[in-house]
Amino acid sequence: MKFGIVVFPGSNCDEDAFHAAKDVFGQDAEYLWHKDADLKGADVVILPGGFAHGDYLRTGAMARFSPIMAPVRAFAERGGPVLGICNGFQILLEAGLLPGAMLRNKGLKYRCEHIYLRVEQTDTPFSGAATVGQVLRIPIGHGEGNYFAPPDMLKQLEANRQVILRYTDPHGHVDDAWNPNGSVNAIAALCNGGRNVVGMMPHPERACEALLGGVDGCVIFDSIVRAFRSADSLALQR
Amino acid sequence: MRARVFVTLKPSVFDPQGRTIVDALQSLGYQNVADVRQGKYFELDLATTERTQAEKLAADVADKVLANPVIESYRIEVD
Repeated sequence: MKFGIVVFPGSNCDEDAFHAAKDVFGQDAEYLWHKDADLKGADVVILPGGFAHGDYLRTGAMARFSPIMAPVRAFAERGGPVLGICNGFQILLEAGLLPGAMLRNKGLKYRCEHIYLRVEQTDTPFSGAATVGQVLRIPIGHGEGNYFAPPDMLKQLEANRQVILRYTDPHGHVDDAWNPNGSVNAIAALCNGGRNVVGMMPHPERACEALLGGVDGCVIFDSIVRAFRSADSLALQR
Repeated sequence: MRARVFVTLKPSVFDPQGRTIVDALQSLGYQNVADVRQGKYFELDLATTERTQAEKLAADVADKVLANPVIESYRIEVD
């Protein structure tokens, strides 16, 4: 399978995502420049972390106007798997591919540290290899990860089981003291209604090798690879 | 014409910067400053002399780019 990793001016986690896909998981990977008009045959699209276009107005606000976002949107609408990590999550929110918005972290500080996450849902292409209730230790690095959705939207997100990961303590319990940014309902990752578009603030691509301090991010990439393997075998059966 | 666009967080949205500023002001002795909400201010120079057209253009820009309707609202003044 082939990963397409979008590069915006100001992306800075594109190489990490490329390395995880290509070197750690042995998959094809190709960079997609933000001015490209097509996805070069990618089976999965990653919008990586960074500061796309500088994030001067709001995080992700300008990136959604980049030419590559038209094919990304069309791909997502056809059910193609799209993962937004950190700034990529912010871009998906601004582009309306995921509901809600990001605010400045509650404590105003840029938080760069390992945090704990509880897996809430596994029926997405990016969480299928995990188990519900599993606790992951993955790093974050952001100043605007305070996820917000108005009460009605939030109710709907919860009812539709769109929250994929929540910030918790090391034992998997939601606790304000372990919520690094003030996100409503401790939301760290969520999916769209079709469950093929996922946004997450933590960086799984930074947690795929023991050398880097942990391998809990592997489960996200494993999920993608596994989703494709089963899709391929289904296609073969047909 | 010139348009001024004021973008602010909706009243229901917590403003961590505003909170920090009001806390700082109160610690400086400004006890009568009860609350602060921080926002953004844009001045747009518009290549039109038509007021209605200017208002429409500024609103279009605010809707599509300057404000995020999920968390922010805006007010426009044109002269």
